[in-house]
Amino acid sequence: MESAPPNRSDLLRVTKLTKTYAVGDAQVVALDGVDFVAASGEFVVILGPSGSGKSTFLNLIGGLDTASAGQAWFRDWQITGADDAGLTRYRRNHVGFVFQFYNLVPSLTARENVQLVTEIATNPMAPAEALAMVDMADRMDHFPAQLSGGEQQRVAIARAIAKRPDILLCDEPTGALDSKTGIVVLEALTRINAELGTTTLVITHNAAIRTIAHRVVSFADGRIAAIDTNAERQPAASVRW
Amino acid sequence: MVSGLSALHRKLLRELLRLWAQVLAIALVMAAGVATLLIGIGTYQSLERTREAYYQSHHLANVFATVTRAPGSMLAKIGAMDGVLAVDGRIVKVALADIEGLEQPASVRLISLPQQQAGTLNRLYLRSGRLPEAANHMEAVVSEIFAQAHGFREGSQFGVVVNGAWRQVTITGIALAPDHVYAIAPGEITPNSGRFGILWAPERTLAAAYDLGGAFNAVSVQLAPGTSEDAVITELDRLLDPFGAQGAHGRSQLTSHAYLDAELQQLRSMSEVLPPVFLLVAAFLVNMTLTRLIALEREQIGLLKAIGYSGRAIAWHYVEFVLLIAIIGLVIGTSFGVWAGNALTELYTRFYSFPVLVFSREPSLYAIAGGITLAAAVVGAIRAVRAAAALPPAVAMSPPAPPTYRRHSTRRLHLPLRQTGVMVMRQLLHRPWRSGGGIVGIALSVAVLVGSLWSVGGVEFMIDYSFNRTERQDAIVNFTSSKPLAATAEIARLPGVLSAEPFRAVGVEIGHAQVTRQIALMGRPATSPLTRILDADLKVVPIPPQGVLLTRSLAGILGVSPGDSVDIRLLDGERQRHQLHVAAVVESYLGLGAYMDMAALQALIGEGNRISGVNVTIDSLHQSELFAALKRSPSLGHISLQAAALTQFRATMAQNMYVMIAVLVGLASLIAFGVVYNFARISLSEQGREMASLRVLGFTRGEVSALLLTEIAILTLLAQPLGWFLGVLVARGMVEGFSSELFSMPLIIGPDVFATASLAVMAAALLSGLVVRRRVDRLDLIAVLKTRE
Ligand SMILES: Nc1ncnc2c1ncn2[C@@H]1O[C@H](COP(=O)(O)OP(=O)(O)O)[C@@H](O)[C@H]1O
Ligand SMILES: [Mg+2]
Repeated sequence: MESAPPNRSDLLRVTKLTKTYAVGDAQVVALDGVDFVAASGEFVVILGPSGSGKSTFLNLIGGLDTASAGQAWFRDWQITGADDAGLTRYRRNHVGFVFQFYNLVPSLTARENVQLVTEIATNPMAPAEALAMVDMADRMDHFPAQLSGGEQQRVAIARAIAKRPDILLCDEPTGALDSKTGIVVLEALTRINAELGTTTLVITHNAAIRTIAHRVVSFADGRIAAIDTNAERQPAASVRW
Repeated sequence: MVSGLSALHRKLLRELLRLWAQVLAIALVMAAGVATLLIGIGTYQSLERTREAYYQSHHLANVFATVTRAPGSMLAKIGAMDGVLAVDGRIVKVALADIEGLEQPASVRLISLPQQQAGTLNRLYLRSGRLPEAANHMEAVVSEIFAQAHGFREGSQFGVVVNGAWRQVTITGIALAPDHVYAIAPGEITPNSGRFGILWAPERTLAAAYDLGGAFNAVSVQLAPGTSEDAVITELDRLLDPFGAQGAHGRSQLTSHAYLDAELQQLRSMSEVLPPVFLLVAAFLVNMTLTRLIALEREQIGLLKAIGYSGRAIAWHYVEFVLLIAIIGLVIGTSFGVWAGNALTELYTRFYSFPVLVFSREPSLYAIAGGITLAAAVVGAIRAVRAAAALPPAVAMSPPAPPTYRRHSTRRLHLPLRQTGVMVMRQLLHRPWRSGGGIVGIALSVAVLVGSLWSVGGVEFMIDYSFNRTERQDAIVNFTSSKPLAATAEIARLPGVLSAEPFRAVGVEIGHAQVTRQIALMGRPATSPLTRILDADLKVVPIPPQGVLLTRSLAGILGVSPGDSVDIRLLDGERQRHQLHVAAVVESYLGLGAYMDMAALQALIGEGNRISGVNVTIDSLHQSELFAALKRSPSLGHISLQAAALTQFRATMAQNMYVMIAVLVGLASLIAFGVVYNFARISLSEQGREMASLRVLGFTRGEVSALLLTEIAILTLLAQPLGWFLGVLVARGMVEGFSSELFSMPLIIGPDVFATASLAVMAAALLSGLVVRRRVDRLDLIAVLKTRE
């Protein structure tokens, strides 16, 4: 079962990653021996029906949850097997998260939400700079409750990238948005990927989005059913749904 | 079991179980309220009603007077006075007792028993045995507490020095009397179960021994309802004046009654302060917890309303929720209260002799405690419940309007806060009422602590003041009757005596305007290093060659200040009246006192340089030789040891007080824990999502819990000054509740009291914070992120 540490050029390497949940007496296999490698700077879109294991996969490689079996490596550091303190450090220094429900701190303004992260990161960008990257420079002093859903999600992205993470993990970032705002959010993600070279994994159940990725990973029944490489990427602005 | 319940009731029970820790914390605070209420009022009721019934059934007199010697014929004259229902003349004497195995001398009060009990006042309650008969050998019944202290039973014997002659006394029974519920030796401040007792002996025996045949020296009078006590006292004084009357007085100056009154007063002030504090805090906790519960169940409320439940039904559902909490609190509080009440009553029976003293079983008491507690719970619930009832279903089903935070002036204040600090500040400022309530709740626990802990220092100060700084003698030798000054040298020559200092004490009635009190006026030599008099600043006040020094409490009662004059009437001998000017007011915490120069007092009395006794310091190595010498020459008098008095003081007052303080410290910690725990749980419930988000962002467990702990720390710190302030008020209230003419307490609150109170509350807060912190550590990051707020 033990596999060798990944090549140094691979940012993320996953072998036979498995997660089972005990539900009552039954075992639910959420993730069933997944192998996957992501190179530095890649933009990956993850597709798949609901319940196919996408979120479980993302949570495991983001260090939010622990695997039942298999391994995940970040560069030459093993994510699986790290303790809570190790995972916290990993998330703090290397991972940015964006979720469907933006999870902003309601009592902090947009800028302060970003500052929350920059204050504890080792090499952050200025909060204003991060907000400018998502076109939120002019609404920095608004509280989340004063912002639209799309705006809140852009603040969440700014917060996720302000630490200059190595990996940006997005779980259905457009899930709660209408298509127009969703596209603005996707544009922000592709721009960051292009400008900062942040390896980005985006879960969506919206197949139309697949065109903006370098590679498209399709999940089904806890396994990776297919990996397609886009010969040509389309700009986010061209996506329609 | 659950299946028979309606759906709403099932929901109710599940909520209670799910929130068990918060429910328990609130219930415990309520329980503290119930318990203090029961203990305070229940003990008060028991003591007061038992006393009243005892006084009734055993005919306690209303007015009491002592004379040197009055013929029995006077009794008929007194009985003929207006408003007098019954009169009873007795022979009352204090004598030394010589009890085997008791090194230190004890004393007894001998009281004559008329041949017939019927028609007498202050009747005996015979616990066991039989009444004494006039026989060749001396028979007597003995007071119960004294008997218990020495293991006396019927047939036990000991020696008593009756009128200078040693007599063997045989005990025929054990008894109590309503005028000696609390038996205390003359001049002492605490009961001394083993060293002071009452002996009731046949009248004939005492009359023969003291040469008082056909005469009496103590008289008691029972008044018809509505009779003016003052008028009878005046008239009685006039009638008895030719017989060496020492001034009649009512029950209020009967030592036994006065001590009971002081105890009742303390119980009352306790039940006026503590239960409201606990119930107030409980109401606040109910409010806080229910408000959050209703906020969480907003959608369920909308749903229930949409399917046809009325606003009333929903309101009642939440009221039932708090009533159940209150019932849990009542059950716990009543059990503890009844247990502690019984224990306290049991403790009382060690000092107070009643035929029966049991903790109150009045149904009304329990009904009141229950009613007040339920009411406090409902009052706490009202605001939240009203809001729930008024919520229109459509509004309830949609998510609540997002909270509007304001950028409070943190930036203007230039507080160097991190964003997590900003979060804490805004969370606290966003709910000013709750934060304020939390601060007040914690402050109240600090206040209860300050208000109870200070008294340790107060009592120690009082002890130090009374036993080390002022009365520095080791023992007091009280002569049975006054002796010439030369007796000082005689005492000084006794084995073990290191130094001796004479004093002259005379019973006087001291008055100003309409107010009078009977006290011992103490004359001391101009230089009296053993017994000093101090003022409030602990500076020695020299005894002025003329004029009198009054203790603060006496000056207060008489309403006089230095420069005024007071009327003095001697209670002995010629009963002359004098006017003395008040030279200064001095400090004293025990009893009412007045001091003057011994020579001046002797001149006032006009009987030469006679003294009443001698204060001595003794060499503890030769103490027993001294006692033996004094026992051999009983005419010398009666010795009382300061060390024994101090031990006794500690064993009674101080001990009771420390038990009380221990209970209060526990209860105060309960408040602190309850308030902080509920506050933290609600804060966590509100901010759990944000905290999980922070964890996802890479904040450590410690950093995230710090949010909660900082919130608690800020509240706790802000509560301290308020708590100190309220604590001083509580202490002041206690001083007033505690002060009587028998003793008062100095209100001295050292920094250590504030520090101890604060540390105890902080420890309780920290503990509850850490308990809640464990929940922060277990936050389910993924589950939180999956759901919409
Ligand atoms: N905490 C959990 N307990 C039990 N089963 C779970 C848990 N989380 C996810 N699952 C199950 O694991 C499977 C994969 O879930 P998930 O990764 O959330 O799917 P996706 O994100 O692709 O919709 C599903 O069948 C889901 O029900
Ligand atoms: Mg998912």
